[in-house]
Amino acid sequence: MTIRPDAPPSDPAATSTGRLIPIPHDPELPTPVKRRRRSLRSASPMTYLVLTFVVLISAGPLYYMVVMASRPNSDITSVPPPLTPGGELGTNADRVLNSPDVAFVQALINSFLVSAVATITVVTLSSLAGFAFAKLRFKGRNIFLLAVIGTMMVPVQLALVPLYMLMGWLGLAGSLWSAVLPFLVTGFGVFFMRQYIVTAIPDELIEAARVDGASTLRIFWQVIFPALRPAAAVLGLLTFMERWNDFMWPYLTLSPENPTVQVALQRLSSGYYTDQALVMAGTLLGTIPLVLVFVVFGRQIVSGIMEGGVKA
Amino acid sequence: MTLRDRLARLDIAGAPYLFIAPFFILFGIFGLFPLGYTLWVSLHDWSLLAGDQGFVGLANYSELLGDDYFWNSLLNTFAIFLIATIPQILMALGLAQVLNTSLRAITFWRMGVVLPIVTSVAAVGIIFSMIFARDFGLANWLLSLVGVDPIAWNQERLPSWIAIATMVDWRWTGYNALILLAALQAVPKELYESARLDGAGAVRQWWSITIPMLRPTLVFVVTVATIGGIQLFTEPLLFNPGANAITGGELRQFQTSTMYLVEEAFTGQRFGYASTIAWALFIVIVLVSLINSVIVRRIRSVD
Repeated sequence: MTIRPDAPPSDPAATSTGRLIPIPHDPELPTPVKRRRRSLRSASPMTYLVLTFVVLISAGPLYYMVVMASRPNSDITSVPPPLTPGGELGTNADRVLNSPDVAFVQALINSFLVSAVATITVVTLSSLAGFAFAKLRFKGRNIFLLAVIGTMMVPVQLALVPLYMLMGWLGLAGSLWSAVLPFLVTGFGVFFMRQYIVTAIPDELIEAARVDGASTLRIFWQVIFPALRPAAAVLGLLTFMERWNDFMWPYLTLSPENPTVQVALQRLSSGYYTDQALVMAGTLLGTIPLVLVFVVFGRQIVSGIMEGGVKA
Repeated sequence: MTLRDRLARLDIAGAPYLFIAPFFILFGIFGLFPLGYTLWVSLHDWSLLAGDQGFVGLANYSELLGDDYFWNSLLNTFAIFLIATIPQILMALGLAQVLNTSLRAITFWRMGVVLPIVTSVAAVGIIFSMIFARDFGLANWLLSLVGVDPIAWNQERLPSWIAIATMVDWRWTGYNALILLAALQAVPKELYESARLDGAGAVRQWWSITIPMLRPTLVFVVTVATIGGIQLFTEPLLFNPGANAITGGELRQFQTSTMYLVEEAFTGQRFGYASTIAWALFIVIVLVSLINSVIVRRIRSVD
């Protein structure tokens, strides 16, 4: 795979049309996609049937999670398996939230803190660096940008052991800081913001501010940053989802007393005797926040994925 | 030159570096340094509690070559990766085609296919281990309706691979379909029109226009799937709840290499050896990515 600063692998539109940068579209405006739709063959009833089937498969396991979270434990191991929700959701949820074994409420708060801090830093620092790469001239720009893209290829998981040692040296082992520090910046974020800024911010805007005597930082803060809202929202959503759902690193670094939701779920499900209804209720509680985010911002998430080849 | 001019000049020259510095500093400390340090640790006898016990050169690497558990984990990783990735890419291609029609409620369908990504990998592991439970799981019950005997999904090798591959595909197929859809929409319509005038049928058009035009995106999708597949950890870990989850079943029938790495590092407390596994995996990822891109590149030679 060849990697060039202007045509990265993560940018399908760029590589297939010769257009170097996907045009970020505001959801309020008619998009090129919508214009093109007219020339497409219209969907047959068969198409809708296939799509309905696919959506049912997408939603099926989530529905099943609700079914099992709302049943008494005895129902879960019955044959045939229950296929409709029961009336125990409140009881099961209550048992998770007040579990003596796992600090579930604390876990929800922890997940929120970790995800929120990472989201804020990723969005802010990506905007800053993305702006520099998109609009400022400096020596070594292409090489630095290549390095940013290169970081996307580095599997952080494979650096687990030194990362664990590093947290020990810093005296942060087991603390929430250790869960969040490795994710304060992402190469993807920088690249995503750069692509947006290149097309969405006209050079004249920056030149005009410069003529007025504004410093570069001031230009960024007062002119650029406010204009980045649509892209920042998409990047923020995807970052929040990724951090909320992360399992491996928090599982290794956090103590059982101070877990994130995903770690708490693993602890709930790994006992010698597993209370399945309890585990399912916990899984549901850990998934609901993201389902809500998805229902409210689904359109942006979809366009974010389609624009950037986003890893969620 | 006035002070004001000097400051302005300094600002122009220095600001870009100031703006990109936070990214590189943080990535350097928490991304690049650990990766390089893994190499250093892998050359030592280094344990979790006792610390560095001295330089041992390539001893960890030669031990790795003769380590059956490692090769077993690599076999599992590859088997699951192949079982998951090939159908995933094919299904995503098909789904992208279906979505690339003039649909009503287009956003609803697109959201519907990527709905699984809101589910955390841990949740996926938990939900699917219930679905694949031997005695009361949904999967075996459905199979029993067509007369298939219950399968011990997490006790036998091939069934456990299939179950884990199913989890991976459920979460990622729709996501890949959306990326491929974006690429499909960028294919110029004129290409199809002129192909039609030349008398090319639907299959010919798909093979000679669509696939070559999708090639760069396919490289991307396959590469991401590969990197993810080789690092597979959470789904198999949660597929086998209990005290020894990290071994991937009693006979290590679905222990992936990342699981083995974590087992050696934290259960076996062998940081040096675990770092060796990490570097071996990194090399495997690079090799497989190269092979992938060669394969996908050949697709172009069709036209």
